[in-house]
Amino acid sequence: MYDGGKIIIGLIIGVGLLLSPFIYDAGKAAKAPDPELTAKAKEAKECVAETSYMKSSHMHLLDEWRNTVVRDGERYYKAKNGKVYYKSLQTTCLDCHSNKSKFCDQCHDYVGIDPYCWTCHIEPKENK
Amino acid sequence: MGVDRRGFLKIAGISALLGLGGKTAIDFLAPGDLEASMDAVPLTEGKRWAMVIDMQKMDEEMMEKCIEACHSEHNVPDLGNPKDEVKWLFKEEYEHTFPGQKHDYIGDEVKHKNFLLLCNHCSNPPCCRVCPTKATWQRKDGVVMMDQHRCIGCRFCMAACPFGARSFNWGDPRKAPKELNPEFPTNQDYPTREKGVVEKCTFCAERIAKGQLPACVEAANEIKENVFTFGDLADPDSGVRAILRKHYTIRRKPELGTEPNIFYIV
Repeated sequence: MYDGGKIIIGLIIGVGLLLSPFIYDAGKAAKAPDPELTAKAKEAKECVAETSYMKSSHMHLLDEWRNTVVRDGERYYKAKNGKVYYKSLQTTCLDCHSNKSKFCDQCHDYVGIDPYCWTCHIEPKENK
Repeated sequence: MGVDRRGFLKIAGISALLGLGGKTAIDFLAPGDLEASMDAVPLTEGKRWAMVIDMQKMDEEMMEKCIEACHSEHNVPDLGNPKDEVKWLFKEEYEHTFPGQKHDYIGDEVKHKNFLLLCNHCSNPPCCRVCPTKATWQRKDGVVMMDQHRCIGCRFCMAACPFGARSFNWGDPRKAPKELNPEFPTNQDYPTREKGVVEKCTFCAERIAKGQLPACVEAANEIKENVFTFGDLADPDSGVRAILRKHYTIRRKPELGTEPNIFYIV
């Protein structure tokens, strides 16, 4: 190998640079944030579906809501317990969960996603 | 190994028979259940929405009130520039409203009068035919609806609409000049739009779903009754049908065959 030493040193530096962020952050995993409930949400006790379902699949529910509301004109949702809700992110979901930054944003930030709901739907006014 | 030709044909034949019998089977086993779950638009089912506007009873002040009511209800900003204007409900003079019916001897009163215009919710909407994503389509109740989630901003619909009822958001409506829109967004319960989508009057789909009248009709009724009549064309006993029988009404550009559902008493 011509210039073997230089190549190996270069490789070590290169791999080192590549791994440096991992080495730097090793053992310092950020704690997953817990969504905070408002007093109103706590009082209601349950959401439109079970908490476990809402935690894992709220995006599917919201997607179905927006499609059925806008495209089929079905504006009411009957929950399993028989309660009927007006299907609206802005006026139903955020009425209880009015603390968007603590309820929505911190988890979305943690998992690195940026839903584009808020370019049109109006965010609640919060006292941050 | 697997199924032979004969076995496959047998399965295919039985499946085809079951498939054909599917709906009948459900009707037989659980009558009514299938229909109930397909019930899409309970409040507007079987309806055909239309509007009659009596221009003889309408004055400039009333038009302004209606436009104000509509635009504040739906967070339509005033951009202060006719090129970027976003219009749901708007005014236009006779010549531009009914271009085929203009002649030199029309009385000044009609000639210089403004007419109140909105999406015609045509029975044969050219905008829906050209939309590549079905972001705009005609509902069963006749409302030509917009799905802002799907609009890609190609503006084919704007080119197709012969009535200028559609507007494009050249910029973010939330960045509309503050001095013209001090309270924007005016309705916290309704979304705004974003840069790059087309918007128009939706016949207040969110209000008629709740059994309310469109915002412009409600605003006009507060000043004077029976200027606007909103109702169901499919029902021969409805208010709109009664007025259409009693008065001679005209529509915008009927020669184009789009079959507008906004009727004017001039």
